[in-house]
Amino acid sequence: MKKTTINISPHIFSTTDTKRLMRGVIRALIPAVAASLYFYREKALWVIVTSVAGTVLTEWILQKTRKRKITIGDYSAVLTGLLLALVLPPAIPLWMSFLGGVIAIGLGKEVFGGLGCNIFNPALLARAFLMAAFPVALTTWTNPVGVDVVSTATPLAVAKFEYTVTPYMELFIGNVGGSLGETSAIALLVGIGYLLYKKIIDHRILVGFIGTAFIFAAVANIVNGEIFMPPLFHVLAGGLLLGAGFMATDPVTSPITAKGRWVFGIGCGLVSMTIRFWGGLPEGVMYSILLMNALTPLINKMSRPGRYGVKNGK
Amino acid sequence: MIKDFVKGLWRENPVFVQVLGMCPTLAVTTKAVFGLSMGLATTFVVVASGVVISAIRKFVPEQVRIPMFTVVIATFVTVADYVLKANFYQISKALGPYIPLIVVNCVILGRAEAFASKNNVSRSFLDALGMGIGFTCALIILGGVREILGAGTIFGYRILWEGFTNWIIMILPAGAFITLGLLVGAFNMIDKKVKGQRCGN
Repeated sequence: MKKTTINISPHIFSTTDTKRLMRGVIRALIPAVAASLYFYREKALWVIVTSVAGTVLTEWILQKTRKRKITIGDYSAVLTGLLLALVLPPAIPLWMSFLGGVIAIGLGKEVFGGLGCNIFNPALLARAFLMAAFPVALTTWTNPVGVDVVSTATPLAVAKFEYTVTPYMELFIGNVGGSLGETSAIALLVGIGYLLYKKIIDHRILVGFIGTAFIFAAVANIVNGEIFMPPLFHVLAGGLLLGAGFMATDPVTSPITAKGRWVFGIGCGLVSMTIRFWGGLPEGVMYSILLMNALTPLINKMSRPGRYGVKNGK
Repeated sequence: MIKDFVKGLWRENPVFVQVLGMCPTLAVTTKAVFGLSMGLATTFVVVASGVVISAIRKFVPEQVRIPMFTVVIATFVTVADYVLKANFYQISKALGPYIPLIVVNCVILGRAEAFASKNNVSRSFLDALGMGIGFTCALIILGGVREILGAGTIFGYRILWEGFTNWIIMILPAGAFITLGLLVGAFNMIDKKVKGQRCGN
């Protein structure tokens, strides 16, 4: 006779685990990494290598010395290092990208108790740290094509300070100045498409973020087209696609409720466009995501769905 | 008696354990020398006011003790402020409003309320001295770390190699919070090891 086992819920199991999820995101980043290697050659390679080495080594050392379970095998540290490298300028001194990796894991993740306990996206936290510590190195952009170091401005800086729009085709391909992984829109769109197809990320944050930025820019462009650039430019230029697709959707630091995810995405869009239009910096995606990360626990609390069968959740 | 003195240095360190007086701790420690001078000024105030408050504790009516303590503390803060202004003008200028603000440093009122108003003069003196030195040491460590990473120097002497890129964040407020957090963490780790407890979750 067959035995019936009775156990408590949940009864539906998914084969998705941290390792698979992280591997999926890394796979989705392949086009962006390839584009950065194509445009910046060995400079990109070294930034990626040092940054990943920084994150993985730090995680290993901290977990070893604290006698915790070593979790470098779940690829989350590799992904953090990769994402950090993709938001750094290609000409950054290599010890800074390594230090960024150390900060990302040390101050961004392990100090809070490891994966799943961190408040802020570790890669962006490390970039914010480097930005505050070494403002010059973090805002020196180099031209992608030449092997020699030629200083250049990012499309957003050109738009903000010289009111000129970079041609869409160049933004689309990625032949412009900027961080390693943010320049090529097509590579990022392929990656985001993969993430959506594999259901690794939720469409709400993505659509909320990019949609809000688009509408915001469209309205501003109609009001004053000379100062405020067209919406498509703002979506393609800078780190919006990279941030919206790969950073804002980080499952640890974004809200867990459906409604909360809309709020999070729209908030990110509003803050980043506000910084782009009226802030001191040409780009605001990093600070917008970090700011909304800080609000995530509140959003979760606000948007908690009501219990089934109870009116208004009371 | 000796215990009254020692506890302020480690076991009840005002910064790392009691987490009191955060305003000067975070605001002035961009350089080790500022930490030292702020620490010494605070030590003077906490010792002098501790002794006086302990001496007058029997005449102070319970209901008005806090205003009385504050008046005593404010007197000594004014003394410290003017001495610094007269003799160390540069440091006084650099510390700015934070010297007069010693009045509201909770370490001082905390010691007055928790210890000096209940114990005799000699014990209060030792307690205040321990607290003051503990506070000074914490500020020097904090200022030292921030100065080394933020400027490559300590007490104005260059100790890191030429061409070291200064970590500008360390002399910004964010650097103060990061350094303090890490120091408190390190302090707790050492403390647990000393006590022979297992650090674990």
